[in-house]
Amino acid sequence: MTAGLDFENWTCPVPLRDHPAIVMGHGGGGAMSAELVEHLFLPGYGAAGAGELGDCAVVEAGGVRLAFSTDSFVVRPMFFPGGSIGDLAVNGTVNDLAMSGATPLYLSAAFILQEGTALADIGRIAAAMGAAASAAGVRLVTGDTKVVDRRSGDGVYVNTAGVGMLAPGVDIAPRRATAGDAVLVSGDLGVHGVAVLSCREGVEFGTGVSSDTAPLHGLVAAMLATGADVHVLRDPTRGGVAASLNEIARAAGVGVELGERDLPVPPAVADACSLLGLDPLQVANEGKLLAFVPPDSADAVLDAMRAHPLGAGARRIGTCVPDHPGMVVARTALGGTRVVTMPIGEQLPRIC
Amino acid sequence: MKYLDEFSDPDLAGKLLAQIHAATTRPWALMEVCGGQTHSIIRHGIDQLLPDGIEMIHGPGCPVCVTGLETIDKALAIAARPDVIFCSFGDMLRVPGSAQDLFGVKSAGGDVRVVYSPLDALTIARQNPDRQVVFFGIGFETTAPANAMTVYQARRLGIGNFSLLVSHVLVPPAIAAIMESPRCRVQAFLAAGHVCSVMGTGEYPALAARYRVPIVVTGFEPLDILEGIRQTVVQLEAGRHEVANAYPRAVRDEGNPAAMAMLRDVFEVTDRTWRGIGTIPGSGWRLSSRYREFDAEHRFDVTGVRAAESPLCRAGEVLQGLRKPNQCAAFGKQCTPRTPLGATMVSAEGACAAYYAYRRLDLVATS
Repeated sequence: MTAGLDFENWTCPVPLRDHPAIVMGHGGGGAMSAELVEHLFLPGYGAAGAGELGDCAVVEAGGVRLAFSTDSFVVRPMFFPGGSIGDLAVNGTVNDLAMSGATPLYLSAAFILQEGTALADIGRIAAAMGAAASAAGVRLVTGDTKVVDRRSGDGVYVNTAGVGMLAPGVDIAPRRATAGDAVLVSGDLGVHGVAVLSCREGVEFGTGVSSDTAPLHGLVAAMLATGADVHVLRDPTRGGVAASLNEIARAAGVGVELGERDLPVPPAVADACSLLGLDPLQVANEGKLLAFVPPDSADAVLDAMRAHPLGAGARRIGTCVPDHPGMVVARTALGGTRVVTMPIGEQLPRIC
Repeated sequence: MKYLDEFSDPDLAGKLLAQIHAATTRPWALMEVCGGQTHSIIRHGIDQLLPDGIEMIHGPGCPVCVTGLETIDKALAIAARPDVIFCSFGDMLRVPGSAQDLFGVKSAGGDVRVVYSPLDALTIARQNPDRQVVFFGIGFETTAPANAMTVYQARRLGIGNFSLLVSHVLVPPAIAAIMESPRCRVQAFLAAGHVCSVMGTGEYPALAARYRVPIVVTGFEPLDILEGIRQTVVQLEAGRHEVANAYPRAVRDEGNPAAMAMLRDVFEVTDRTWRGIGTIPGSGWRLSSRYREFDAEHRFDVTGVRAAESPLCRAGEVLQGLRKPNQCAAFGKQCTPRTPLGATMVSAEGACAAYYAYRRLDLVATS
């Protein structure tokens, strides 16, 4: 498969060949992104590709277990209520490391800058990154800068990669989700996505919502300090809770049941989603985590979360079940049920 | 949201459901006309809570779904032009034309932009005087006033680089077409509340009398829909067939006279091809002769584009209520929201997409 890809005869059941070129949906973090990895990148990597395809890899080097992750940030607008692309670039990678249970240590930062971008903007982004790194207790230790032609870019793109140390015995991964696990969330959902949308060109609407961007490894440490065997942690960023839970359900071959009445969706988020025709479960978060924990330790973990400033709004939203493996199902407020789907590509606002 | 949350209160919903159960003695087939209602019914699981005999048939009221394939192909041809900025509501971008969708045109370099209002497209036209800006004006009577206002403003302000690709469709002729179908099973209609907030209820008494069906103007929140169903069942059980308004907080019988006056000025009635259904006489609006210069079809000379549907897709039968989405052989197999064969699988308001999104559990359980 590595010797040249045969685009005409792919065996993918949901073929990419509908689109012979990249469309925006391939970057949406949903089914199309997953197809790109499964049917293009992995065959291309061949034997050199390895790992569980999570947001963060756990690798061994010199007898030490390291968590290793990378993420690129292309958010528009670059500055939004509650943060900037710089905050996201640091906190996003810190959180990817934290979701494996690691203590984040070192980050790289690479910039792709469009010709003509104001230095003042880049300065604000750099300052935000420095402040976020200091707050998270990580060091920015290496980096790179490239400039692209005025017609080739769009302001500032940032890539960060990071490494962190894993304590012995810590094994937190989507495949460990187990029927019976309590599904917890650390606070209000959909806040970041609505904050960014509220100031995007062409959509501007007034809302009191600010991004929740924050580093979560301190919260994770507090949860692990309870001694609970935390099975899965996930920060539901792009694609929201819907994408994260679907990925976990598929990775572990389990089902997830949510109670819609238990979901902490703040009124401002619910209103914005209602106006724009979006599902709050599919809207991005940048400072929240989902946790799968054994039922007998759920209360202790919830107490620990609520005692931490970033987990004050923590609550149980559902249960991991043996039924309908790979699927997430919500019980509606009226008492019916619905399937919570994996977002396909980009979220499309509805016409009416 | 105040004045909205109150209409999804679970306790009140339980009371309405109990009244519906108490009123129902026989099976009835009700059609909700609007895709927004279909989405709400499936999203909240309302159909699972109704008496066994009450069947909800999902009507043709998803504007994205019924927009003709030829119109989509015309949109794709216009959007691909280097001199054009093509503006559309978001969920039209994934609707498949004969060969591709608007996302594909965008990927190939076309300037395709999602806007939330046609007036945003007019703003883009003023900001880009050297480009042609086209807005994809689709939808029912609900979206028509804003589109009409945009063309009216374009002419008033002399914005010559703006045009509208129009494919408006009208509800009352579709109701008549459904009732004229020899295989029609529909015994009552939940009329689309927001269409009626524009057009009023004046067109419905003749339809209710002619086809002897209750027509109940219904809203979109769970309690609105349950109240619409309750009033419909009560009429059916009593052998009545009247027009009733179960959405009085948004709908007046006379509609919105200012909007209707503007619609009469900007648009004129035309025959319209509905995707999956066919041509329904007098069921659409096009720009009237006074505004013909703003008609994108003429400006870009795409009037000759012709197209044919996938033979696998049963969207037409779904849209006519003759078949449930999961009774289609391609449902969930060749046809998914990711690879839609028909437009009913694309929009969140499309019956097939709503079933795929929210109902696969039942389908897995029963297969």
